[in-house]
Amino acid sequence: MQRKLAVLVGVAALVAACGGGATSAPGASGSPAAGGDLSGKTVTVGGAFVDIEATNFEAAVKPFEDATGVDVVYNGDKSFEQQLNVQVQAGNPPDVALLPQPGGMKNYASQGKLFPLPDDIIASIDANYGPGWKEVGTAADGKVYGVFHRVNLKAQVFYPKVAFEAKGYTAPTTWDELKTLMDKMAADGTPPWCIGIESGAATGWPVTDWVEEIMLRTVGADGYDKWVSGATPFTDASVKTAFQTMLDIYGNEKYVYGGPQYIVQTNFGEAPKAAFDDPLKCWLTNQGNFITAFFPEAITADLDNQVGVFTLPAIDSAIGTPAEVGGDQAVAFADRPEIWAFLKYLTTPEAGVSWQKAGGALFPYKTQDLANYSSALDKAFAQSLVDASFVRFDGSDAMPAAVGSGTFWTESVKLINGQQDIDTTLTNIAASWPK
Amino acid sequence: MRTIKWSRVAINLTVIALIVVWTVPTIGLFITSFRDKQAISNSGWWTVFTNPQGAFTLDNYQKVLFGGDGLATAFLNTLAVTIPAVVIPILIAAFAAYGFAWMDFPGRRILFITVVALLVVPLQIALIPVLKAYLAIDLNGTFLAVWLAHAGFGLALATYLLYNYISQLPKDIIESAALDGASHFTTFRRLILPLSMPALASFAIFQFLWVWNDLLVATTFLGTDQDVAVMTSRLVSMTGSRGQDWQLLTAGAFVSMIVPVMVFLALQRYFVKGLLAGSVKG
Amino acid sequence: MERADAVATPPPRGIAQVLAAGVGRILVSIFVPVVAFVVLWAGFLWLKDSGAPRIVIVLVAIVWGIGGVAMLYVVANWLTEKLPATWQGRILPFVFVGPALAILTFYLLVPAVLTAWASLFDANGQEFVGLDNYVYSFTNPEMVTAIRNNVLWLVFGTVFSTGMGLAMAVLVERSRLDRLAKTLIFLPMAISFVGASVIWRFVYSYQPEGQPQVGLLNAILGAFGLGPVSWLTGEPLNTILLIVILIWGQTGFAMVIIGAALKGVPDEMLEAGRIDGATEWQVFRRLIVPSIWPTIVTVATTIAILTLKIYDIVTAMTGGNFNTQVIATLMWKQAFTFFDAGRGAALAIILLVAVTPVIWYNLRQFRGRAI
Repeated sequence: MQRKLAVLVGVAALVAACGGGATSAPGASGSPAAGGDLSGKTVTVGGAFVDIEATNFEAAVKPFEDATGVDVVYNGDKSFEQQLNVQVQAGNPPDVALLPQPGGMKNYASQGKLFPLPDDIIASIDANYGPGWKEVGTAADGKVYGVFHRVNLKAQVFYPKVAFEAKGYTAPTTWDELKTLMDKMAADGTPPWCIGIESGAATGWPVTDWVEEIMLRTVGADGYDKWVSGATPFTDASVKTAFQTMLDIYGNEKYVYGGPQYIVQTNFGEAPKAAFDDPLKCWLTNQGNFITAFFPEAITADLDNQVGVFTLPAIDSAIGTPAEVGGDQAVAFADRPEIWAFLKYLTTPEAGVSWQKAGGALFPYKTQDLANYSSALDKAFAQSLVDASFVRFDGSDAMPAAVGSGTFWTESVKLINGQQDIDTTLTNIAASWPK
Repeated sequence: MRTIKWSRVAINLTVIALIVVWTVPTIGLFITSFRDKQAISNSGWWTVFTNPQGAFTLDNYQKVLFGGDGLATAFLNTLAVTIPAVVIPILIAAFAAYGFAWMDFPGRRILFITVVALLVVPLQIALIPVLKAYLAIDLNGTFLAVWLAHAGFGLALATYLLYNYISQLPKDIIESAALDGASHFTTFRRLILPLSMPALASFAIFQFLWVWNDLLVATTFLGTDQDVAVMTSRLVSMTGSRGQDWQLLTAGAFVSMIVPVMVFLALQRYFVKGLLAGSVKG
Repeated sequence: MERADAVATPPPRGIAQVLAAGVGRILVSIFVPVVAFVVLWAGFLWLKDSGAPRIVIVLVAIVWGIGGVAMLYVVANWLTEKLPATWQGRILPFVFVGPALAILTFYLLVPAVLTAWASLFDANGQEFVGLDNYVYSFTNPEMVTAIRNNVLWLVFGTVFSTGMGLAMAVLVERSRLDRLAKTLIFLPMAISFVGASVIWRFVYSYQPEGQPQVGLLNAILGAFGLGPVSWLTGEPLNTILLIVILIWGQTGFAMVIIGAALKGVPDEMLEAGRIDGATEWQVFRRLIVPSIWPTIVTVATTIAILTLKIYDIVTAMTGGNFNTQVIATLMWKQAFTFFDAGRGAALAIILLVAVTPVIWYNLRQFRGRAI
């Protein structure tokens, strides 16, 4: 929601402050050298993150603002996706939106609301990103609309390092080893998993991550693609097996702290804290790399010593451990030079430097300098991301919105809460897939 | 009323019990707002009575009011949204209520029924059409947009309430004024308005509470930009990207409650007087 | 003796003078409203675009809101009074009710009609689908649950809020603490739904067995040695518990209004009943209740409408999960999560239709009045 007033005041202030001296000054690699003077222009950006993440984002784009004189105004709102829809329908979306879901991007693209990226930006993507990222930003018409900035890596299992090692546990490398570890922990008296899936209007999304990660490990790249595109329906046996594997953990009070009832009403950011309590209540948290920002302050201050991590192990050794990723893609709702200049900036590693240093963020550029990451943990994430042999985007984000941010979430919640069985869940989800 | 058979003591005790039950939840909030995050997640608020451990802290209020994304601006924004949103519809509704109550014209009945019928329209329906219209005249994101929206959404109730009251005013006074040659306008200005003060105040309180506590209209027409966001909107985003910062949320909720509660306390009597005149028989 | 008339008849005027006077009057009649309109419009534009400090804008808005609106009416009225009497009688009422009607039409009536229209089309508003969206709405299991929930809200919410309000009003009347009770029990109504949801979190909160409970209910259970219950995930208890929050907020309202009405019940009538041998309960049922019935109905219908439109409490406490969804939350989900404008609109219309009988019943109470 952009206030014309803010824009006017912002522009007025900029013009007053910049006088006549602002020019686009190309300098650092990747800075936009727009043809023409962009100073005094404004680009409005909408996204779902707030507070610290918003501050970090603003710091990350500051080099662009300084170089070009463009004012980038970020507005964060936790119910951003819904708000955005209202704005788009009413005709006043922000200039750039950071969409967490490709499904949303495809929706808007098919409605004709988005502008495809110009060739020079696509060239920049090809130069700076590994394989797969451009494809995720492409819509049904074959045009590329999305630019990825901050991304996250999923299927990372975190544990309290000190206590873990004291107990003599070791990180598993296969699913069977994981099951052995889980049983060992349960026998020792503490449930292995800390899980919480509450998240306001998005309640249920962590479950979908688990199912996707299992699918990736059991049906491989092609099978996964077929599932995400809808060629393989949710009622397929392979999907049912994945759900069952997940439910074997979620539905078992021995394996999860608090059991299913606790899972459905505990916030995803709160659940991991139980692993750092004294006495700790559970051991393992399977989440994206961004979850470290939610750990207790004492822990985040000493991350590398306090927290250990291993990738969720392979189930089928032939398939191995692929990287499942997620991230916001920046899309353009308007066609103006300053917007393209901004998006081009986002395709360059420079757009991530300040956030790398601040911590809690991961960037996909294959040309980035890994030394910038503030913690060994972050560096390790980035390394595995850059090195990954195959990368797949978070499935529910890539599916049509009615499923990916609709029934996949809500039906899963019903399943965990014991309201219905797996077959009903799968049938309901499959039925909601848009024709 | 004649003294009844139940003992006074029993009645008073029951009333006290009721009061306790009703206020305990709010007291819980109040106490929690002074505790730190650890304390809140590890023990119930009632433990402060058995175990006052110095977990008492003013930090929450400090962060909430004066912190970087504090509520101070939001408080002013809410004030700025509420007062005009209360004031603007009052007069318009008063005129309409008088017209429906004391003037005769074709279609009067149907139109009044329509007005009251509009009470059922859930305002979510109106959001997008109004938003589109606002965009066409470049009104979006301004305070004026919200004032008019609240006025628009509140007019049905306002007209209804004021109609209830105004139609119950003594007929003879109005008729004798007419006989004395007063025009409708004069009657309205000199007679009806002053007499209707309780109803006007009553509606003002209703509208004040409603606008102050509103989330949806402000978010849609004004936005969530920190500069202009109202308190309810800031409260919702206050759970922060670090999960649920309950300690901040409780303090924030309490801060946002204070003004409406005080307004209500100060103006209680008008509230009842104004609402009631329409419903009491005889 | 002839006496010159105190009021001399004015000398007959020439045509030119009559014309001039007439034109002059017309010019004034045009000039004044135009100026008034321009002033109002300028005020509108200024309020819209001004970069002045907020406090200035707010003050101007207040002045514009009262003064500007008043001026609008004054001018319109002045204009109308210039018309011949019959026209006056016809137009003046519309001067009074016109602005309200216009605003309501723009903000509520037109959107409602547009929504009704949209409900007959598909998700993108392109294809006409007739009543398909309605059929879907009534056969979809989620919707069936939502309807069940709304019925629960309607029945429990209205009956308990009004009933308890009535009982408490009668009780409190006879107590010395009546003013304190009325204030404190009414207070929750001043709290926003967002605030109420934070408050009630600390009542319903659930921690696994063996952990310290932070929710009041589970703590009380614990004191009796009973295990904690996850209140908000089990249906239909969870809906009932959400309704409790509404009752908490609305009973005070009912109590205060009914209490004031009680004061108007004539003592002599009650005395006469008692002398005739009626028990207290009979006095209550046969004398008190009937005489304040219109008030009870007004209060009940107001609360009933609120329960049918309920949205905030459900969203804030459970997000509509665990089978607590209601029509309003489904409507939002259809429109903004599934991007299905047609189904969202159909749900909105269903809501509208559901609330209408309540309004109609309420209106019937006013039959005896001017309308």
